[in-house]
Amino acid sequence: MRARIRESILNWMVQYLNGRLDASFAALSDATRRGVLEQLGGGDASITDLAQAFHMTLTGMRKHVGVLEQAELVTTEKVGRVRTCRLGPRRLEAETAWIEQYRQHWDSRFDELDKVVEELERKENVR
Amino acid sequence: MKNDTTVERTSERELVVTRTVNGPPRLVFEAWTKAELLERWWTPKSFPITLLSCETDPRVGGRYRLVFGYEGSTLEFFGRYLEVTPHSRLVWTNDEGDDGEQITTVTFEEMGDRTRLTVHDLYPSKEALDGAIASGSTSGMPEALGQLDELLVSLGASAGRS
Repeated sequence: MRARIRESILNWMVQYLNGRLDASFAALSDATRRGVLEQLGGGDASITDLAQAFHMTLTGMRKHVGVLEQAELVTTEKVGRVRTCRLGPRRLEAETAWIEQYRQHWDSRFDELDKVVEELERKENVR
Repeated sequence: MKNDTTVERTSERELVVTRTVNGPPRLVFEAWTKAELLERWWTPKSFPITLLSCETDPRVGGRYRLVFGYEGSTLEFFGRYLEVTPHSRLVWTNDEGDDGEQITTVTFEEMGDRTRLTVHDLYPSKEALDGAIASGSTSGMPEALGQLDELLVSLGASAGRS
């Protein structure tokens, strides 16, 4: 657990993710939409499949899927007359964002290391 | 001129950071191993943590211990050196985690009057690195956000299986 705490406190630059998370929360505030995500977790489905599974009209389901799509929790692709829904790229993005935070973290650290090494070099040259 | 820092997840358990530092390996190695130098750069001012104490004993089997202050509490990070090859290679363990030992290998490569640094972290398991990433990307946020991530991870995992 402590290793995780360490990573947490060393990677605090998450503010820019918040906007996206707000959208995620709004999307997840609805029971039907949570159900849709669970269903898609089991495999891709068309809007028609989803509407049937949740006893809704196609228009109603399209709206829900639209909200999930905006939050990037779901992506859709239309092939012929069928729109297929699948889980979105949100998870991969979280990893990419974390790696960028981690990179910035090390970058600041190395900037300080540069200063220390420069000072060591100066001291050596004086001697 | 500023040198680039790169980070890459090279496998399920490995993370690699690289950077070139202006100075010969001899001095860069010193800055990594001498406590009084290490403590000057390990936690830049922009970090929300402060380094309260730093001890190193850079020889095979020697221990290191860093104590940080964060929001009124302290956190200790410690481990032991597995390999200390002056000016070229440094290997240590992180022993504070409860999900196994994490091993860090730093190599110092001479490039003229500069040093190419590679920091390689080997996590004890895929879960440990995934966990670090998941907690890092939700740090400072309400618990609910962690739950959101868990939900997405479990949804993704079940999608991956089918």
